[in-house]
Amino acid sequence: MLDKNGIAKRIAKEVKDGYYVNLGIGIPTLVANFVRDDISVEFQSENGVLGMGPFPFEGEEDADIINAGKQTITTLPGASFFDSATSFGMIRGKHVDLTILGAMEVAENGDIANWKIPGKMVKGMGGAMDLVASAENIIVAMMHTNRAGASKLLKRCSLPLTGVGCVKKIVTNLAVLEVTPDGFLLLERAPGVSVEEIEKATEGTLVADGDIPEMAI
Amino acid sequence: MIKKTVEDVTSALEGVKDGMTFMLGGFGLCGIPENAIAELVRLMVTDITCISNNAGVDDFGLGLLLKKHQIRKMVSSYVGENDEFERQMLSGELEVELTPQGTLAEKCRAAQAGFPAFYTPAGYGTEVAEGKEIREFNGKMYVLEHAYKADFAFVKAWKGDEAGNLIFKGTARNFNPCMCGAAKITVVEVEQLVPAGELNPNEIHVPGIFVQRIFQGTNYEKRIEQRTVRKRD
Repeated sequence: MLDKNGIAKRIAKEVKDGYYVNLGIGIPTLVANFVRDDISVEFQSENGVLGMGPFPFEGEEDADIINAGKQTITTLPGASFFDSATSFGMIRGKHVDLTILGAMEVAENGDIANWKIPGKMVKGMGGAMDLVASAENIIVAMMHTNRAGASKLLKRCSLPLTGVGCVKKIVTNLAVLEVTPDGFLLLERAPGVSVEEIEKATEGTLVADGDIPEMAI
Repeated sequence: MIKKTVEDVTSALEGVKDGMTFMLGGFGLCGIPENAIAELVRLMVTDITCISNNAGVDDFGLGLLLKKHQIRKMVSSYVGENDEFERQMLSGELEVELTPQGTLAEKCRAAQAGFPAFYTPAGYGTEVAEGKEIREFNGKMYVLEHAYKADFAFVKAWKGDEAGNLIFKGTARNFNPCMCGAAKITVVEVEQLVPAGELNPNEIHVPGIFVQRIFQGTNYEKRIEQRTVRKRD
């Protein structure tokens, strides 16, 4: 089974040379730490920066330079700043190659829910609805089950939707899966995790054909 | 040169009244119009609608207006990090309209640029699209969203000149440029107000035509919400 860093490490392998990548808050943010350093990648933050770098050294924080999680960051050579309308123009206009975001629920038809639990938690969708509605290459990074142990990979989402039919790939602590017309296609198992364990943790239809390889991280 | 400078925050906010709709720039606490917010608290205007990506934190930014129950309605994309906000929203004291972030930015920009409405794919198939016109273009579904109408836009820039030309710094730019000229009156506070001619016209982010009043801001706190650093090796 993977921890959050393990999930990030596996997703980092999906990041290709020349990609502009948008990272959501939480596990997706960790992906930047594991991207190979022999490829050229620029990270976009929806609050208006391309070419995000690592956190600043202590004492060099600048209140005017933050990421979408409101964390202080730095920029790398070639970086640029822009306004919010331009930022979402990049996203809506499909100029961003890969979007990695978290989710509370994903359904086997590609629907995603990650912004609201009625009556309990209403923090808002932020940029998630814009991202999932336009991005062609979306990877969801999340734990396979919630804190109560219930599956987050469902037949149909029970929470208010963020977007419909948009998720293509999911990386969890247990598996790598692809959304297909037949259900969640199991591509890889996390180290030490059996197909049976993944089946048990998946409420939606799981398609496990033949020998499923273990993730190479 | 058409001069846009006003003496101070008090003259900049002349005409602000109860029940009005305001746009406020900023992402989290980054690039918020601190001086204008402080003046709105001092003026005790109430029953206001605020269009702002976030709602501040409990003791800073728009949280200051929330604490005094001055806000009737918030239009935002993300409102976490504020317990008082959540309490007022769940108890029904505060009306909240949650809007996808890119849509919020574009509804400002549309108002600025004279578009009454636009189609966006964001929110299609979700509760955000309920009751809105849906239209298909090239096989994809889009939601009709309308431009905002606001009385004042409160904007924070880094540098500005007497003519109202603006330059922003870092990610403090965010919604600020989109809100300039998107309300009946745009009020800009700057960290550095300079005479006309000192800013390079090639480097202006927002031309002064979108600005009605500009003033030299004071006492910026520029609070950091998440101070994240790395150790030196």
